[in-house]
Amino acid sequence: MEYLPNILFVIALVLGIGFFTRNVKKLTRNIKLGKDVDVSDNKPQRWRNMVRIALGQTKMVVRPVAGLMHIFVYVGFIIINIEVLEIILDGILGTHRLFAPLGTLYDVLIASFEVLALLVIVAVVIFWIRRNIIKLQRFIKPEMKGWPKTDGNLILYIEFVLMILFLTMNAADSQLQQLGAAHYTEAGAFPISQFIMPLFDGLSISTLITIERTAWWLHILGILAFLNYLYYSKHLHILLAFPNTYYGKTSPQGQFNNLESVTNEVKLMMDPSADPYAVPPEDAPEPEKFGASDVMDLNWVQLLNAYTCTECGRCTSECPANQTGKKLSPRKIMMDTRDRLEEVGKIMDANKGEFVDDGKQLLNDYITPEELWACTTCNACVQACPVSIDPLSIIVEMRRYLVMEQSAAPMELNNMMSNIENNGAPWPYNQMDRLNWVNE
Amino acid sequence: MSEQLKVKTMQEFMAEGKQPEILFWVGSAGSYDDRAKKISRAFVKLLNKANVDFAVLGTEESSTGDVAKRAGNEFLFQMQAMMNIELLNGYEIKRIVTCDPHSFNTLKNEYPGLGGKYDVVHHTQYLKELIDNGRLTIDGEVYKGKRITFHDPCYLGRANSVFEAPRELLSKTNADLVEMKRHKKIALCCGAGGAQMFKEPEKGDMDVNVLRTKDALETQPNIIATGCPYCNTMMTDGIKAHEKEDTVTVLDVAELLANSQGL
Repeated sequence: MEYLPNILFVIALVLGIGFFTRNVKKLTRNIKLGKDVDVSDNKPQRWRNMVRIALGQTKMVVRPVAGLMHIFVYVGFIIINIEVLEIILDGILGTHRLFAPLGTLYDVLIASFEVLALLVIVAVVIFWIRRNIIKLQRFIKPEMKGWPKTDGNLILYIEFVLMILFLTMNAADSQLQQLGAAHYTEAGAFPISQFIMPLFDGLSISTLITIERTAWWLHILGILAFLNYLYYSKHLHILLAFPNTYYGKTSPQGQFNNLESVTNEVKLMMDPSADPYAVPPEDAPEPEKFGASDVMDLNWVQLLNAYTCTECGRCTSECPANQTGKKLSPRKIMMDTRDRLEEVGKIMDANKGEFVDDGKQLLNDYITPEELWACTTCNACVQACPVSIDPLSIIVEMRRYLVMEQSAAPMELNNMMSNIENNGAPWPYNQMDRLNWVNE
Repeated sequence: MSEQLKVKTMQEFMAEGKQPEILFWVGSAGSYDDRAKKISRAFVKLLNKANVDFAVLGTEESSTGDVAKRAGNEFLFQMQAMMNIELLNGYEIKRIVTCDPHSFNTLKNEYPGLGGKYDVVHHTQYLKELIDNGRLTIDGEVYKGKRITFHDPCYLGRANSVFEAPRELLSKTNADLVEMKRHKKIALCCGAGGAQMFKEPEKGDMDVNVLRTKDALETQPNIIATGCPYCNTMMTDGIKAHEKEDTVTVLDVAELLANSQGL
């Protein structure tokens, strides 16, 4: 029975990491449903982007309040992981404060974890107030109703509780250390939890041990649960921000990709020796679909973008269409893409890994043409995203489908395009008049 | 009808067996739109003053296809691009200047992948180059004491990081430059991009150009300067919506420079 806690701990750990691995596999499978895209270029630039934007949080601090608070939570998350490592090792080995022999360094570490824990609590409270009391515009847009709102708050509650548990655990621990309880060797400095200690005055050693152990277990079980919550939440960005900034666009923002399938057709059309009446060979591959009407038509970086989005809404708040009351919201484009991708994934789960047509698609069932046509392609959303998501590329890909597969552009645009076809300008002027401006 | 502009076509250069220093890509707006034609003329006046040996394609020029591409018609874009590239490569064009940030962007970024590799500059960059090389001098007091705010065209600024050239040019006119709250990388769009210029906006509670003009008017300007024919139209309409057309004018950077020299 002596080893029961160790065994229970290992079981919890294996289950927690096991489920997480299963979710990561599902995530990877779904992202790989996207088309292949060459992102092997500009490696040094890509690493720099990742270090600067994800690790260095440079685009977060564009908005100073949210940026600073986010850095508290972010640094807290990264640094407190050292503590989690100790907790895991203690749990497996049945030790207590395994890293204590580090001496002064250990004191410094524990003290800094405590300070960070407090800063995280402060940040989380401010975040909650911004969402629920101040109700910042970007947090109450239509696409934030229901689960996205709950999700955002749940994350804050979980982080708050985890930090409180961590500090409670330390407070009980340091009280036990002072009482000279067996197993609780004196180690660590507790600049923050010392203020919780008075609550424990006069409690017996056994009660204190119960409090300390309960907080310890809930803290680590909470972390394992949170790890598994990620997949069902917008919170995946804590992991995916890194690959996403690496694979983000490195060319000038104004540069849209040239569709290769179109290039081939145009070359054939312009080739004077090509036979326009030639029958395609029997084994010719089916002509490629132009543009995107569903998630499988997008490339995998765009799908990674969708999973990375944490619904902060900076894109939407910078969008000229959204600011003037149009339906378009770049954040909704990303959320819809992810929701549809999840739906496709669930259909695959239910059909032995095969996708079965469910009569739905990203276009119309999630994103309407009205949203797509409101975009000015100004790149403000791309510029605003703190983790290099490109909603514009999805909008353009879907416009391509509307125009090239369905001829479903607004009438005025069809007129504009036939003008270009007929006289080389978006207006119905004669090409022979192109130089008239010189003499007017 | 003002004084005669010196404009030669590539065909004329070919006939003479010569190459121009640079090709001026006029663009559809610069060729046909009444307001934008004035920008083309102002730019040419400056080129003439600096004795630049430039050419235009004239009636051989055709839409870059940019607006078709933004609208989703990749097919039409690539047809236009390949036709233009065939023409440009046939003339062995090395360098292109244009007053339209949309042409600038697509020629610079999207044509190379289809076989059209040129050194492409925006007219504000080229004018700055002429000044830096001492070929063009801008001085005078025409705009002294005037407040000018510059609206960054999306496809010049955010999309291609050209922020300083137009501002440096404006500072040469001795005017007072005032910045809008949202400028450079976070400048708000004028509302014309992405083919919006050619269609009615979707249902909303305001037009984008009215909102952007509001940004500009907050700086109490005498002049709103820009570097794009479409922004020019949108901001001009915005001024009318705010009923400020009597006190505020919208001018291209090239027009401001030409005016400052009495051209």
